Amino acid sequence: MTINWFKYASPAAFYPIAGRLVPVFSIAALGLVLFSLYWGFFETPERLGGSNPQKEYYRIIFVHVPSAWMSMWLYLVLAAWSGIGLVFNTRLSFMMANAIAPTGAIFTFIALWTGAFWGRPSWGTYWDWDPRLTSELILFFMYIGFMALHSAIDDSRRADRAAALLAIVGLVMLPVIYWSINCPDPNNCAALHQRSSLTQIESNILTAMLTMTLGFWLYSFATAFARLQGIILTRELESAWVRDMVSGPTPAASGG
Amino acid sequence: MKARQKRMLFVGVAILGVGVAASLALSALQSNIAYFFSPSQVHAGEHPTDAVFRVGGLVVEDTLARQEDGLTVRFDVTDNAKTVPVSYTGILPDLFGEGQGVVAKGRIGTDGVFYADEVLAKHDESYMPPEVQDTLQTAHVEGVIDAAGEAGDTAARTLSQ
Repeated sequence: MTINWFKYASPAAFYPIAGRLVPVFSIAALGLVLFSLYWGFFETPERLGGSNPQKEYYRIIFVHVPSAWMSMWLYLVLAAWSGIGLVFNTRLSFMMANAIAPTGAIFTFIALWTGAFWGRPSWGTYWDWDPRLTSELILFFMYIGFMALHSAIDDSRRADRAAALLAIVGLVMLPVIYWSINCPDPNNCAALHQRSSLTQIESNILTAMLTMTLGFWLYSFATAFARLQGIILTRELESAWVRDMVSGPTPAASGG
Repeated sequence: MKARQKRMLFVGVAILGVGVAASLALSALQSNIAYFFSPSQVHAGEHPTDAVFRVGGLVVEDTLARQEDGLTVRFDVTDNAKTVPVSYTGILPDLFGEGQGVVAKGRIGTDGVFYADEVLAKHDESYMPPEVQDTLQTAHVEGVIDAAGEAGDTAARTLSQ
């Protein structure tokens, strides 16, 4: 059985699917986020040990790390849709990239913001020009730049292509962010930010962190699809199917 | 070659170019970025002499001493090879302590003491409750100086014992 994927590349075909998916993803995201908050607040140790003797404030990790992951993942997805759009000239791909951008920017901002509130009690500063913090800030500017460039060009097809190119160029930030704290020789990239670790995390902390990540991911689907519906309607305003849907089929427009 | 294949090639070349740019940027970062200098680098004179810079390492056990004015603290920072004495007047972060990682920002005086304007605490990437941490005997300098490789682990364990 072969599925004709290009059928769903048509905004008219995907619009109702997106509409049906939004509530599904919203409810699942809400459930997972509430569960993660409960688990993160009540089932995890109240302080850490060893040379990381953080007190209650370490719980910022349950929002900070998932949003930082989503900020990088959503940029990858945004750039992927931009690339697909450039190759196949599919309008829906560009619309998808545009729908993802604000969510990605919000998660980047949340990662920076919660990081500042975490850094103050633990490190002793809200902000420092550490490689990890600086590269994440640049990623935030990439999202802002993508949205700004797209809205600065009136012709939406040209705006799509220009912003898509910018998104692909901005991919350069993802390996820089990753290796800013995970380089093979730590002497070469001395940083204030601690390294990544999934193996040295207590299982309840890890559970809350991973379910929160899944919740944020489903939230991203929900907001992107909701935004996509708005973008489709705005950009297909003149097409027959939108007019039919808004005002009901009229005898003159039927068959369109 | 069809138009679609041409565009695919174009996007492929663009991503390849971005990859090359990223690897160049990373290698440039590794050789140039000096967020902080280790005490060994300070001893070797690699630090700037006319500008503020950061020194990073571990606070040596039993060297933390509060001066008579009640605000100034003196402590030694080490990377397990060399040490640099640091003087700081101000409020220390919560996680600051002997044996903990620190990053101090300031200038080095003619007396060889590093006069810090700002002292930040580092912590490692282990998120374990105290009891687990104790049984594991996890080395606590990982991520502070030399986490990678066996050499770093051995040094850390030696220091934490």
